[in-house]
Formats: sequence, C-alpha cells, structure tokens
Amino acid sequence: MDKSEIDKIAKLARLRVSSADANEVTARIGEILAMIDQMQAVDTEGVEPLAHPLDAVLRLRADEVTEVDHRDELLALAPASENGLYLVPKVIE
Amino acid sequence: MEWEAVIGLEVHVQLSTRSKLFSGTSTAFGADPNSQANIYDLAMPGTLPVLNGEALRMAVRFGLAIDAEIGRHSVFDRKNYFYPDLPKGYQTSQLDYPIVGRGSIVINLEDGSEKRIGVTRAHMEEDAGKSLHEEFADASGIDLNRAGTPLLEIVSDPDLRSAREAVAYLKKMHSIVRYLGISDGDMSQGSMRCDANVSIRRPGAELGTRTEIKNVNSFRFVEKAINFEIRRQQDVLEDGGTIIQETRLYDSVRDVTRPMRGKEVANDYRYFPEPDLLPVEIGEDLIEQIRAELPELPDARKQRFASEYGLSGYDAGVLIAAREMADYFERVAKRCGDAKLAANWVSVELQALLNRENLDIVASPVSADSLADLISRIRDKTISGKIAKTVFEQLAAGSENVDEIIERQGLRQVTDEGEIEKLVDRVIAENAAQAQQLRDGKQQVLGYLVGQAMKLSRGKANPAQVNQLLRDKLKP
Repeated sequence: MDKSEIDKIAKLARLRVSSADANEVTARIGEILAMIDQMQAVDTEGVEPLAHPLDAVLRLRADEVTEVDHRDELLALAPASENGLYLVPKVIE
Repeated sequence: MEWEAVIGLEVHVQLSTRSKLFSGTSTAFGADPNSQANIYDLAMPGTLPVLNGEALRMAVRFGLAIDAEIGRHSVFDRKNYFYPDLPKGYQTSQLDYPIVGRGSIVINLEDGSEKRIGVTRAHMEEDAGKSLHEEFADASGIDLNRAGTPLLEIVSDPDLRSAREAVAYLKKMHSIVRYLGISDGDMSQGSMRCDANVSIRRPGAELGTRTEIKNVNSFRFVEKAINFEIRRQQDVLEDGGTIIQETRLYDSVRDVTRPMRGKEVANDYRYFPEPDLLPVEIGEDLIEQIRAELPELPDARKQRFASEYGLSGYDAGVLIAAREMADYFERVAKRCGDAKLAANWVSVELQALLNRENLDIVASPVSADSLADLISRIRDKTISGKIAKTVFEQLAAGSENVDEIIERQGLRQVTDEGEIEKLVDRVIAENAAQAQQLRDGKQQVLGYLVGQAMKLSRGKANPAQVNQLLRDKLKP
C-alpha cells in the first residue's frame, strides 16, 4: 500500500495523518493487510458467510413511541444551535 | 439512427411506522425541528439500535406483493460516509442480504398494454436528517427529526425504455404501497423519492455509460428529468463526445440536469456488517401470516372489476389506481346495482368535483351511499340523467338525502303520457317550421325539437318518451 492510498483512506475516515506518521501508518496497515491475506488463503468452500459471531437472532421491538422530547437538553450539549437547529460549519452541496 | 434509452429506478419509500427504524422516537410529520430526535438518533455513545418489528413486516408485505423471494436470513450493514445530517457517520442499510430479493411488477402503459419490470431487490435502511443551508449566513442548520425514519429502497432492473415507462412504474409502485398500507407514497412530502439511472445505446448494442439523477420529487418531474437527460446524452454522443458516469441533479425551474458539485472523491462507502445488530431470521410461519393478511392488490382488483362488473380495462384501471377510489366505487356499485353507471359517475362527475375542489376521495362531500341512491333514481326513472347532475351538485354542496332533494325541488321526472303529449303539442305549435321539416323527412331537426321540449319542461320530461311521441306525431 502506498502513500496515495493511505491519503485516500484517511480522507474517507476524516483522519489527519501527518507526514511524520505516514511511514509508520503505512507499515502497520501493510501488516494488517498481510494478516488479511493469510486469512483469505483459508479454504472457505461450503462455509456459510458469518455476519455476526453470536449464535442468536435479532429481537424485535414493537412499533411504539417510547421516547419523550428532550430537545432543549440535547441542544444545550451542542457547540452551537439556533431556532431549534444544530449549527454546523456551512455545507454547500 | 435511433437511440434506445435504458432506465432503472431506485425508489425510496418511507414506511409509515409510528416510531423510527431503530429507536422509539416518533416519526410524525411536521413536528418542531429536533423535537423527534433522541439520544440514539443523535448517535450518543453507548446507545444501541433495536429493530422495529413493524418495519420488518411492512418490508415483507411488499416483497410478497411483488412475488419476490423473501430474505429468510437478512443482514444489516453500515454504509459509511460523513455528512452533518448523519450523526453516526454511517447509514444502517443492507447490502448482501436484503430483506426482499428478486421480484417484478407489471406496469400499465397509456396505449393499454402491459409490461413486466424486474425488481432486483428491496432493502431496509434508515433515512438521514435534513440540512438547511439557506437560513444562516455562515452555518448550516441541522434538523434530525427525519434521521432514523424507516425506508424501503426498491431497486428496479434496467428494464424501462422511456420516461413514460418510468412514470408508469412509479405510479404502479405508488399504488402498491398505498394498497399495502405501508406508506402514504406522497412524493411532495418526500414519503416516496426517486433516483433514476439513465443511459442510451444503439438498439441491441452493449449498455452505454449511465448517469444517475437524484431525488426527483414528482411524477411529472421524473418524466421531464429523464427526457432531458436522454436528449443531453444524445447530443453529447452525436457530437462525438463521451458520457461521464456521474450523479446529476434535476433543476425543475430551468428543466435541466446538472452535475452535482463537490463529489471529486468517488463514493466509497466501505460497507461492513453492522456489529450492533444480529442477523434477522424470518420463519415460514411469519411469512405465511403476512401473506394471509395481504389485501387484494391493484392488478387482481382490476381483473376482478373487469370480470365481476363488466368494466373495460381502461375504466377498471382508472378506478383501481387508488385503493380508496376503488373501495368507493364498489360501495356505489353494490348499493345501486348498476356497475357501469356507477363507474361513469365515479370517474366522471365525482372525479371532476374532487379535482375542482382539490379534495381526496376520502374527503368527498358526496358519500358513496348518496351517489348510489342518486343512480338508483336514474335507474327507476324517477329523474333523468340530466336532472341527476343538478341533484349531484346539491349533494356536493352539502345536502344529504337524494329523495328529499328531488321532492323538495320538484325534480321528479314527468312520465305521464298526457302531460308529455301536451308538452309535445305545444312544442310542435311553437316550432311549426321545424315540425314541417321533420314531417318532410329531415331527421336532423328531431334533436332540436326534443331539446325544446326538455327546455320547456325544465329538464323534467322523460326524454325517451318525448322523442318517441315527436316521431309518432311528425311521421313523414
């Protein structure tokens, strides 16, 4: 894996990887990928894909409104809010 | 040389559950911003999702309605991207094991023909919140009321060949979800949203490069956006250019599509199985229970209306599009005993009234029972079809009892031979010239004379009797 790929992954994950750390990060991700290669070499022919390690199935919730409005307390936790809205730096699509 | 359009649609249907997909927060429309966003919806640390069983049942109901395979083992995945109206940083969705597998729906085209369109899959996912960019100078406002609302994303095969087919597909989808009661399907409120994948090719050639048109919010705009995009791609290719695979937005004011800005990094959602949710296992018993509860669906109802009531395919198609309209019609038809008259009155007079007043059938000022009584009075010749329209207007204005309106206003049809003869004699005397023309064999004036008699009786004379008597008296 080269630096441009590291940059792309970091960008997707919104992580800042300084150039000082870049070499170490590249090396460590390389080790992880090597481990994945090793796992992918295992013959999984006929093995069902596993989505979750627990041997259980999902429990369902009844369709009922159980939550009450805590808007003002929750808004107070945010760095900025106005008119009942959370404010974030301007996003232009 | 001709071009052929290849279109596939992704339709997002908002499921009409009371609470969100993974939390017990209300989904009611129109609440104050962020008053329906709890700690799970805000992605507070330590909160965990619990799947809404009703959303799951609704998804299965849809799958059974389009004859699809139901995913007996269904898995949620995280679709990762960053946007302020998505607090978790991922959308919980389904990738490899969706709840609904391959199925199909039949669309009805304007020339009366039908076409079967493949449905690739449908999966459950949560909606994002809303970003408001206009309200603040240097900030965006975030309303998370919609975050976590359950959606069913329905992906079609690229089987559609024109904008009209795409609209027919959407209309059928709208009809199906409304019949199933799983969504109100209201495009103007975002309960049904549509992305269109459009490419063009020479007939028989390989698929061309496609573009995706995002979030078009009415049937009419879907048609216009696709037509614009087809023309645009033709122009590019005929000028020797190439189509770039990209996402475009439809601008309904200028009627153009334009590329979305700020998407220089190609989407890479890095899906992986959602560790906070176990796989959903759906047993045969649940599927059979849901199947047993399925209502009669639009296609079946259309066939039944044709066979049971003798309606034309077109008339039946008009009546079944909305379930409430079909229910109304059936009630009228059963009560008055004349399905064809009922179909006419419902699809012409009643529809005109509803359009004029901008009302939904469920808010019709004329009840099905009243309309049936009105039709009964036409059938037993108490009133003429013309007078019936007057009575109908009064029902629309709030009167309720058909017989009372007829009696109170003296609208009862005159069928008494003696009275009609007097009327006819008077018309002949007052229109001597035309009467002579009819005697001379000029049949065209008959209509005029009947009209004069009807006018004289203020619409109350039985037109068939007037007609017959005029013919008898003015035989050549």
